[in-house]
Amino acid sequence: MPTCKDFLRELSDYLDSALDPATKKELDKHVEECPNCWVVLDTTQKTVKIYKGCEPQAVPAALEDKLMTALKAKMAEKKCGSS
Amino acid sequence: MTSTEPQSDEDLVELAKSGDDTAFPELVKRYSRRILRVARNITNHEEDSEDVLQETFMKAYTHLDGFQGNSKFYTWLVRIAMNESLMKLRKRKTGKLVSLDEELNTGEDTMVREIAVWEGNPEDTYSQEELREILDKTIASLPEGFRTVFMLRDVEELSTEETAEALELSIPAVKSRLLRARLQLREKLTRLFKSKGENTFAYL
Ligand SMILES: [Zn+2]
Repeated sequence: MPTCKDFLRELSDYLDSALDPATKKELDKHVEECPNCWVVLDTTQKTVKIYKGCEPQAVPAALEDKLMTALKAKMAEKKCGSS
Repeated sequence: MTSTEPQSDEDLVELAKSGDDTAFPELVKRYSRRILRVARNITNHEEDSEDVLQETFMKAYTHLDGFQGNSKFYTWLVRIAMNESLMKLRKRKTGKLVSLDEELNTGEDTMVREIAVWEGNPEDTYSQEELREILDKTIASLPEGFRTVFMLRDVEELSTEETAEALELSIPAVKSRLLRARLQLREKLTRLFKSKGENTFAYL
């Protein structure tokens, strides 16, 4: 039977569904019976989800303008150089 | 001639290679936010992250002909951004050089102290700005070796293999850092989000 330590060690692979079926089954059973591991699993899952779900901030307009201007110069340069 | 159909990254890359001036700026628009977020979260420095954003797209444009399409365009792009960010970080770090191993070995391997359920859904409790600030601050407090892996694997959703390649790490190293990054973030977020009045009990 896996211990809490075993469960923690496999937690990432458990979340990523990267475990072989036998190990997964054992850990499923552990988490059903162990409230601590259930909480750790639940909150780790939520941690990953909240990061994934957070939309990146817009690029400030001035920064975007600067980038586009630099890029246009680069594109003109590349054209002259290659032809 | 305008098409309403959104073009794939691959099509835009091909168009850009063949000299279409609108194709590459379209790719910039598509990914600049995400690249800036990577740069910010890795460098933890506003000015550096702005430089990284610009340098990433300039490098990508310059080396576009060398991009063979063996990987997805975005994976390739985010790798450039990661390298640029790490270079900035190294530059600022000279003087207080801490070896990466040393940094990663401090603290317990799999740190779990706070065991408490979260109070509701933080996405409902906090505004998007508040939440973003919390998440950025929390990730900024991780050691560099954890931040990089977590950003690539969990935020930018690269595979374990792609992350290993991008960071020149072995697959077991990526996995072990990802686990510890996730647990450390969990720990920190739980301190903020846990139900009030809930006791913390020791993990056995
Ligand atoms: Zn347990």
